[in-house]
Amino acid sequence: MKEKLVLVGNGMAGVRFLEELLAVAADKYDITVFGDEPHGNYNRILLSHVLSGEKQFDDTVLNPESWYIDNGITLLAGRKAVAINRGRRQVIAADGTIVDYDRLMLATGAKPLALQLPGGHLRNVLTFRNIAEVEEMLRVAKPGRNAVVIGGGLLGLEAAWGLARRGMNVSVLHLMDRLMERQLDAPAAGLLKRSLEERGLSVLLSAETQGIVGSGKVEGVRLRDGRTLAADLVVVAVGIQPNTELARQSGIQCERGILVNETMQTFDPRVYAIGECVEHKGQTYGLVAPLFKQAKVAANQLAGAGFARFEDSVMATKLKITGIDLYSAGNFTGGEGFEELVMEDPARGIYKKLVIRDNKLAGALLYGDTENESWYYDMMRDGSNVSELRDGLLFGKGHGGDAGHSGHMALAAMPDETEVCGCNGISKGAIIKAITEKGLFTLEEVRAHTKASASCGSCTGKVEQILAFTLGGDYSAAPKEKPLCECTDHSHAQVRQAIREQHLTSIREVMNFLEWKTPDGCPKCRPALNFYVIASWPAEAKDDPLARVHNERVHANIQQDGSYSVVPRCWGGLTNAKELRVVAEIAERHGVPVKITGGQRLAIPFIKKEDLPKVWKELADNDMMSGFAYGKAVRSVKSCVGKGLCRWGTQDSLGLGIDMEKTFWGAWTPHKFKMGVSGCPRNCAESTIKDFGAVGVDSGWEIHVAGTCGVRVRPTDLLTKVATAEEVKEYAAAFLQLYREEGHYMERSSAWIERAGLGYVKHKIVECETNRKALAERFFAAQKHAQVDPWVERGAQGALPEEYAMLEIADMAA
Amino acid sequence: MNTSTPTWTDVGHLDDLPKPGGRKLRTAAGDIALFRTSDDEVFALADKCPHRGGPLSQGMVYGRRVQCCMHGYNIDLASGVAVAPDAGQATPYAVKVADGRIYVDLASATAGCACAGI
Ligand code: SRM
Ligand SMILES: Cc1cc2nc3c(=O)[nH]c(=O)nc-3n(C[C@H](O)[C@H](O)[C@H](O)COP(=O)(O)OP(=O)(O)OC[C@H]3O[C@@H](n4cnc5c(N)ncnc54)[C@H](O)[C@@H]3O)c2cc1C
Ligand code: SF4
Ligand code: FES
Repeated sequence: MKEKLVLVGNGMAGVRFLEELLAVAADKYDITVFGDEPHGNYNRILLSHVLSGEKQFDDTVLNPESWYIDNGITLLAGRKAVAINRGRRQVIAADGTIVDYDRLMLATGAKPLALQLPGGHLRNVLTFRNIAEVEEMLRVAKPGRNAVVIGGGLLGLEAAWGLARRGMNVSVLHLMDRLMERQLDAPAAGLLKRSLEERGLSVLLSAETQGIVGSGKVEGVRLRDGRTLAADLVVVAVGIQPNTELARQSGIQCERGILVNETMQTFDPRVYAIGECVEHKGQTYGLVAPLFKQAKVAANQLAGAGFARFEDSVMATKLKITGIDLYSAGNFTGGEGFEELVMEDPARGIYKKLVIRDNKLAGALLYGDTENESWYYDMMRDGSNVSELRDGLLFGKGHGGDAGHSGHMALAAMPDETEVCGCNGISKGAIIKAITEKGLFTLEEVRAHTKASASCGSCTGKVEQILAFTLGGDYSAAPKEKPLCECTDHSHAQVRQAIREQHLTSIREVMNFLEWKTPDGCPKCRPALNFYVIASWPAEAKDDPLARVHNERVHANIQQDGSYSVVPRCWGGLTNAKELRVVAEIAERHGVPVKITGGQRLAIPFIKKEDLPKVWKELADNDMMSGFAYGKAVRSVKSCVGKGLCRWGTQDSLGLGIDMEKTFWGAWTPHKFKMGVSGCPRNCAESTIKDFGAVGVDSGWEIHVAGTCGVRVRPTDLLTKVATAEEVKEYAAAFLQLYREEGHYMERSSAWIERAGLGYVKHKIVECETNRKALAERFFAAQKHAQVDPWVERGAQGALPEEYAMLEIADMAA
Repeated sequence: MNTSTPTWTDVGHLDDLPKPGGRKLRTAAGDIALFRTSDDEVFALADKCPHRGGPLSQGMVYGRRVQCCMHGYNIDLASGVAVAPDAGQATPYAVKVADGRIYVDLASATAGCACAGI
């Protein structure tokens, strides 16, 4: 027979506990739930958004009544438990219902503190705790009416903001001399006050309420200094207190809250308690993150596993007022033995304070720029040593001379363990795992499966970004993803998928299959389709030169005056007397200069189109081939001299550079792909701003990816470290191939990685060896079809004369 | 409008032009861009983009348009007019195809061109 479990309190902690329990021991108990409120379980946190009108009540429902039915749980909604007979193991409700238990869970939450003041009983004097109260507020909240909120803490301010959004004139009365004194220091509180005032709220500090006036319903609030503020609505938000009523009456030990040990057990071993009603090691809690941890521990215990223990963790608070970014965690006040790092930029409304003790981050207070909150939180939780990071700590994770680091990137670069959803303790890795393993596509699905962003919602943007970069192109499946161009409704990802799955090997087939809207496509889609079919079917697809952008079609760069520059390969940047002589002679014959390019090559400019085949033939005859300096292709491999020549060199960068260029030339890529190989960390080949860079170190090579310094500057991400040059090439091939398979046409590897996520790329290339080898193998298989020198074809073999020769009129009239 | 009867000059065979694509025709009066669409219509424009004079013959032809290879102006092949939001016009020439041969009226350059100055 199943044991009987009774839960009193159908709120956030209690129902989370049931979910956790069902996940690990679905059939162990017959479950009955007493809930004072007449609903299923809803997300209390979002009441602030219901009040402000940003959400409807329906949006907040976490477990509708059908959920209880589906899980065989008896929900006694609207019934208050009033007594526990611990001898008989029975819970008794106000309406006389009696339910037996083998185990009892108390999750009765907290109660708002009442104001012991005259007038506190008047109509329209409310607290802010449940949906019934919000509905009552909304009945009174009409534009132009007056509201007074007593209490300038998190709840009070969120209530005030909600009412202001409803058009009320709102005053906040706060007893202390600064707002949210438990979470903010004076400067941050000052900025917050200013922001609220800019939003039209009036904030009165050091304001002591003397009484509430009115007859029947509230009319005003009287202050100790004699002033009376008119009020149609008063919200009292002066704090909460654990709801221990039932436990106390039943003789269960309580102090401020119901006393529990680290397994969430009360003094009665059959009775457990979690949530805001409990006290653990002298501490009570008012935020969901620790409560959800308690729920998990209790579920583990009641499932019979018995190993989980509840431990305190760093508490972090965020204010949910649209447009105000505020984050506060840990000990931000500092004091004896603490150091403080502070950055203030009042003009931009930014204030950051980090508190350090013994080289560890003890607290963080961020106002106006909360970008790096998870980073700080992780360091606090893990007790990481921050002494090395100190200089850049205040500037955040992306600090390091970057022009292009966006929030998105910072997130992409974060390690998998980084906590994204603070409420539910969900890491970036867990979200990615759920997305990939369970095939999730929407924010709603991620919420349903992981709970990430399902509570306060402040991490929603981050979860969406993770979705976007995890799904990469597939996220495009959502209708808001843009079509490739106006000729189609399909996105890049959908087109690529069709090419793969339907085995489409020409532009025409793709256009037919996907019902292109235009007969020839356009200059945007044709080059993209050409690349996609070639990248997907290297052995079968035939290049369509007419679908290539000009420079690629003619295998040279057109210049200002319509002439072309010719940039031959110069493997690894190394040349010799013979090659220089060839180049010199060509230049002399055509009367043009020679330009040393930024990619360590020699460029012969000002060659007329009709002369190109001739010039190419001459180069080809001397074993100099196309440098692809015009292509969305593997470009030059920039190398420094390295070990053989340089006194600092740790590795033979020149040798590897040449080898790499010979290995990788000719490969078409979504956008140009540049590589660099440096012999030591002095990095003279600038490998850390290349699409792929190798930097020699004593023990081998560091592999860097996804850098650029073109339209924007983005330093590379460190992918991994390897021991040998062979491995560098394997990684390069794997990285190139992944980029080729997943990058959108015209998306540099730097943009691609920000979409795909460094974590994802690492997973595919570094963590999974089989996958890396498979990628590299696919790359090299494709290379067999790619390494055909276009200049030899066109020059020595005279292919495509109609491209290079112009038409002339035989008997041209004078 | 030019009212005199056209003088047709044979400039080559239809298959001398890539499909869809363009090619430069050198004439004493300057370069002309010949275009062939994917349904074998042929057009001729002065080989000078209204933007900054780029060679239109080198652009990508799609539908009845060419995109200049220099900075991406899209030009209507029949009229030479740049597709909005860009503005300007490349000078059109009268052209016809007979028995696979392409004929251009080299004197028609100013016909119908509102902006011969470019
Ligand atoms: C020849 C060269 C300049 C020079 O005289 O040194 C050059 C020339 C051109 N670059 Fe570059 N780039 C040259 C090095 C660079 C570098 C520096 C480097 O490679 O070390 C960069 C920044 C690094 C990077 O790419 O991250 C660079 C970033 C660009 C960009 C911006 C790309 C971006 O993603 O932001 C473009 C535009 C594009 O590709 O769409 C561009 C485009 C061009 C084009 C092809 C413009 C065009 O479409 O016609 C130029 C051709 C001019 C010509 O006459 O050949 N060039 N270009 C350099 C040839 C490198 C080589 O030997 O292979
Ligand atoms: C407006 C608002 C905004 C908030 N914003 C945030 C935020 O941004 N971040 C954050 O982390 N936290 C926030 N909180 C706090 C968070 O909602 C609470 O920490 C959390 O709901 C506590 O969960 P609980 O299960 O302990 O209590 P509750 O969710 O309150 O659940 C307790 C339930 O037990 C019921 N109950 C009590 N006694 C009995 C009885 N005798 N018989 C039957 N039923 C009973 C109650 O009616 C209630 O439904 C906010 C709270 C409010 C009110
Ligand atoms: S920076 Fe590059 S694209 Fe710009 S003018 Fe110089 S060579 Fe041309
Ligand atoms: S010259 Fe043609 S677009 Fe600029």
